[in-house]
Amino acid sequence: MIYWQIFLAFFIPGIIGYGGGPASIPLVENEVVDRYGWLTVSEFSEVLAMGNALPGPIATKMAGFIGFQQGGILGAVIGVFATVAPSLLLMVVLLGVLYRHKESPKVKRMTNYVRPTIAVLLGVMTLNFFITSYEGVGIGQTVLLVMGSYVLLEKLKVHPAFVIVGALGYGAVFLG
Amino acid sequence: MFLAFLRVGLLGYGGGPSSIPLVHKEVVAKYKWMNDDEFADVLALGNTLPGPIATKMAGYIGFRVAGVAGMINAVFASITPTILLMIVLLTSLSNFKNLDWVNGMTKAVVPVVAVMLGTLTWDFFKKSKDSLGLKAASLIIIASIVLLEFVHMHPAILIGSLLIVAVLRKDKKETVEKSTDRGVGM
Repeated sequence: MIYWQIFLAFFIPGIIGYGGGPASIPLVENEVVDRYGWLTVSEFSEVLAMGNALPGPIATKMAGFIGFQQGGILGAVIGVFATVAPSLLLMVVLLGVLYRHKESPKVKRMTNYVRPTIAVLLGVMTLNFFITSYEGVGIGQTVLLVMGSYVLLEKLKVHPAFVIVGALGYGAVFLG
Repeated sequence: MFLAFLRVGLLGYGGGPSSIPLVHKEVVAKYKWMNDDEFADVLALGNTLPGPIATKMAGYIGFRVAGVAGMINAVFASITPTILLMIVLLTSLSNFKNLDWVNGMTKAVVPVVAVMLGTLTWDFFKKSKDSLGLKAASLIIIASIVLLEFVHMHPAILIGSLLIVAVLRKDKKETVEKSTDRGVGM
């Protein structure tokens, strides 16, 4: 039963997540936090933070870790398989059909129509993260960390991995 | 091939889409498995399908070069090392959760991830406006908020319906559809 749930939790985001791995983040959150309750918002943020600090595709890292946490090695394999296999198989099988339609406005429209919904899902998730942070460390620390990481990431263009390592260090010293 | 995609997996920071230039470097420039045009085609095809782009590219290129074994090999090489790292790091983090300083670490990371998600959200909103125009984008955004947050519709149903509309609509307003570049980094 758990394996079937793991499969579904990652199969759905994999099959509707238009726009590459990052687009599937809020869809995965919707399954693993809201639907199955495997992780809290704060635990999911740790997964995302690590996922961003480490190289490689984000969707498979999430699927691998959450699958492992819920169902061991087999769980990890199922989570990753459900993320990767459906669209990859479609690509190999439908190659000829896709090739004819890759310039078709229909295909472009698919991504364009889905994007605003993904934006809303991401926005709601962002809000949840701010609320969780406020509940965890209070308004002062939240504002400080938000402003600090915004300036470092967006203005000074510091690499996300360094910002996350910096935040971990700050937390260990000042929030412990 | 294992090495090519291992390097892509280990050097590509910021999720799948940002590793596309690395795949290009290995596949076109270094090993010459395909030329620029073929690569652009694979990328365009990958974007017509849902799901992570990096594994689709790895899998498809592996398949073209060496069949099913090549496909499995390429996907395996590009994702396994970092998944293992992820499991080791997060499991050890949660094992020491009762320590105050570890607890502080996990708390400090939440607002930082919120900022990263916030910029990603902004990116998606901006691209929605650019590709659909303000009116159509706002319409889908408002409808999404109502359906997802107040009606509690499952996102898969909403996205599925949007995809069906996108496919069924007649192709007349082609000028409105400015081609948008993909490649959303986090």
